Amino acid sequence: MAIDQSRIRNFCIVAHIDHGKSTLADRIIEMTGLLTEREMQAQVLDNMDLERERGITIKSQAVRTIYKAKDGQEYVFNLIDTPGHVDFNYEVSRSLAACDGAILVVDAAQGIEAQTLANVYLALDHDLDVLPVINKIDLPSADPQRVKDEIEDVIGLEAQDAPMISAKTGLNVEEVLEQIVTRLPAPEGDSAAPLQALIFDSLYDAYKGVIVFCRIKEGTMRAGDEVCMMATGASAEVVEVGYFGAGQFIPCEELSAGMVGYMTASIKNVKDTRVGDTITHKNQPCAEPLPGYKKVNPMVYCGLYPADGAKYPDLRDALEKLQLNDAALQFEPETSVALGFGFRCGFLGLLHLEIIQERLEREYHLDLVTTAPGVVYRVHKTDGTMISLTNPSNLPEPSEIDYMEEPVVEAEIMVTSEYIGAIMDLCQERRGTYISMEYMEESRALLKYTLPLNEIIYDFFDALKSRSRGYASFDYEMKGYVRSDLVKLDILINKEEVDALSFIVFSGTAYERGRKMCEKLKEEIPRHLFEIPIQAAIGSKVIARETVKAMRKDVLAKCYGGDITRKKKLLEKQKEGKKRMRQVGNVEIPQEAFMSVLKLDED
Amino acid sequence: MKEISLYVHIPFCVKKCDYCDFLSGVYDEQMQREYTNSLCREIAYMGQQLEAVAVSSIYIGGGTPSWLNIAETEKMMQALHASFAIRPDAEITIECNPGTVTWDKFASYRKMGINRLSIGLQSANDDELALLGRVHTYERFLHTYDMARKSGFYNINVDVMTGLPGQTLDKLMHTLTQVIALRPEHISAYALMVEEGTPFYERYKFDAVLQHAGKQTEFLPNEDEEYRLYKMTQQVLQEHGYHQYEISNYAREDYECFHNTVYWTRRPYLGLGLGAASLIEEKRTSNVRDIYVYCQRCNGLSQAERDEHDIVSPLWDEVTELSRKDAMEEFMFLGLRMNRGVKRTDFTDTFGCSIEAVYGDVLKRLREEALLVLDGGRFYLTERGQDLSNYALAQFLLEDETDLS
Repeated sequence: MAIDQSRIRNFCIVAHIDHGKSTLADRIIEMTGLLTEREMQAQVLDNMDLERERGITIKSQAVRTIYKAKDGQEYVFNLIDTPGHVDFNYEVSRSLAACDGAILVVDAAQGIEAQTLANVYLALDHDLDVLPVINKIDLPSADPQRVKDEIEDVIGLEAQDAPMISAKTGLNVEEVLEQIVTRLPAPEGDSAAPLQALIFDSLYDAYKGVIVFCRIKEGTMRAGDEVCMMATGASAEVVEVGYFGAGQFIPCEELSAGMVGYMTASIKNVKDTRVGDTITHKNQPCAEPLPGYKKVNPMVYCGLYPADGAKYPDLRDALEKLQLNDAALQFEPETSVALGFGFRCGFLGLLHLEIIQERLEREYHLDLVTTAPGVVYRVHKTDGTMISLTNPSNLPEPSEIDYMEEPVVEAEIMVTSEYIGAIMDLCQERRGTYISMEYMEESRALLKYTLPLNEIIYDFFDALKSRSRGYASFDYEMKGYVRSDLVKLDILINKEEVDALSFIVFSGTAYERGRKMCEKLKEEIPRHLFEIPIQAAIGSKVIARETVKAMRKDVLAKCYGGDITRKKKLLEKQKEGKKRMRQVGNVEIPQEAFMSVLKLDED
Repeated sequence: MKEISLYVHIPFCVKKCDYCDFLSGVYDEQMQREYTNSLCREIAYMGQQLEAVAVSSIYIGGGTPSWLNIAETEKMMQALHASFAIRPDAEITIECNPGTVTWDKFASYRKMGINRLSIGLQSANDDELALLGRVHTYERFLHTYDMARKSGFYNINVDVMTGLPGQTLDKLMHTLTQVIALRPEHISAYALMVEEGTPFYERYKFDAVLQHAGKQTEFLPNEDEEYRLYKMTQQVLQEHGYHQYEISNYAREDYECFHNTVYWTRRPYLGLGLGAASLIEEKRTSNVRDIYVYCQRCNGLSQAERDEHDIVSPLWDEVTELSRKDAMEEFMFLGLRMNRGVKRTDFTDTFGCSIEAVYGDVLKRLREEALLVLDGGRFYLTERGQDLSNYALAQFLLEDETDLS
């Protein structure tokens, strides 16, 4: 059945986190009659367990529904869900490129936040028509008029007719559906032209191979077509095309210009179908690819090691499987004296790291030891060459280093005026450079800072929230590299350097961090038969020291009478505890110690 | 004739102490009567199962066995005599708590053949006794002790505890000197353990974790203080003629508790009563822990069903068949609790291979760490080895894949 292009609406929903994007998506799906309420799992679009638990959308998803409008016509809605987190900015931009319009959801109580701005500007950059919606109007603190004014003043969008809804209760969502039809544009494109389809997501399925999510910009794609990916050069024969039911793939005969759907082509690796790439026919290719493709590079690296060394092959298999679905995940084998065999893994950001780590533990039942995450430094050597440093252990000798650079971001922080001082202090502490401050309205300002990426990957977001009592929001984008005074901080335990604990740090904060590391490690390392010095050093210079005193007493004097089984269990527990330790020289370090140093600022 | 020891559990208390996690509680007289009847049935039943063994020791523990009235105690002792061949020189101990005994009770114990008392004192300081939730004062203990001596008990153990909340060296010294002055034959000095499920756990759980981690504590002695308390106990008792023969046990010459060493040398023992543990025919078993289930099952015991090959009991809730590996591990970690340690040739005689063949590496390492010595054909822990006995003993647990042939 051919669908009239004028009755297709391809759109996404953009919002700040927690402003109700996924809830509105659920209501739209529910109210367009695709699903009965019983079939409706809360938040249909977020279908990974992890996503539902964390309440965030990790990978973009899409769904097609049919809406019968007041004009009596049926419309096809393709709702493309976008990830909300800055780690996945590139994926957001590709999802937006697959749309013709966007619904902007703003919380009626909180108003515009940093991510609202970032996402709406991104949508406007892609020439999307933006339909503002005021959500959560049932909250006692809701002030829809203020928010409407804010949208008009700050973003410059007409907002007086914006539907005022409660996505939670379904109030006025009908109005949103009508405005999608009347205010968002239908797609354009010529079904007879050479094929030009944008890949906006892909996932690996054990049976179908890679499933490519795409938006047909020009031309038509059918099963049996010979296609190729213009950037990666991969080619394949299309096995199946179709569209997205809720949580299922529904095959159809063809996808033509303006449509959003999927195709499978027995492709084994998502690396071949990178987000942003253009699909075209092999025999009748389009003149040029769609704009905007770029290869995403990991921003944050850390070492991942199996807690049980024997699980190394399992970890590799698991990473390979995850990579099938996540082209942004990178990994290389590495060895550490302290941790044995593992992988240096690259991630888009800290959230991405945490998600991968959790998926490895949850879905693959792996017990992991993670080393401190770090950014990619550029080391310019005296011989004129430059290396990208992802593992501190690979830092060349100081005599070979001319200078080093670190990545910086431009951060936008929206904050209520009473916390401006506190947030500026925080940015200063994190080596931020002030760029500007604009008042959005009387009580709120938008602060712009340049910040080293390394200062925000650990706990910046938490610090921001605690210092503003939750009233600050934050977004950032990469700004490139700047020269910086960096040193490698080494940790010596009982005079032995523990490679897995080394990290690169700004020289001005090296003493402080070294001291905190030693304190933390002193807490984590159990007492041994001998005294253990813990030292932090830059080169050969020791900058901090703590000592773990020798163990004096470890007696279980209590007699359990004849209950020897219990006695043995206690000894077994003692021995089991040792198994979870890593041997460095003659010191046993609990795995937790490697992780605990990531959380130096918590107390 | 083969020899065996018996442990008899009496789970009754006047009041449960705040640190206690033993299987015991407060029950009314009817329950006590019913339990004793059930216990006698179990005794008779097991007596039939275990024909032709000589009993070399009996230990009646609790709870507070002295809380049972004379008639019930007599009934139980009669059942034991009727069902087992008890050697005339058998060591027969009953645990007593101050305030639960009378002249008559002690006299009847003597008559029944009980020849050793273990009296729970814990501390000579009344504030500490109150803190522990004990029902008696030091004065009350003295009275009990005096009565015991005058009733003709010449083998008495006194329990004391170290590592109490707020316990200073002075306070412990006071307890020790008081006890030593009484010249009991045996002193057990247990370190307080804060066990889950006790009121103490609720009070001191955070401290217990801090203590274990070697951090500063709030109420419990920190690790260093605990260490000093333990060392002082060792030293003071030793100076006054109490030699330490096991981690928590001290005795005057020739008064080591025989029954105690049965546990550490893996000689067979049969546990009777609620939750009681046995080591028998290379099986470790323990009885059901629910008193109602226990009584019910005892009532269902039929005297007829004696198995020709195996000893079995319908009261056993857990039965662990010990493998060769289990037996070796136990031989080591139990044997080394005793100051005299383990004899090399005993290991060879028991297992048919040398101790070094199985534990060569561990023994070497522990000797290098000065925690263990080999002297006169025996391996035993050094003083430091005893201080760190958990660490040292855990080394003797074998990996599953160890070759034991």
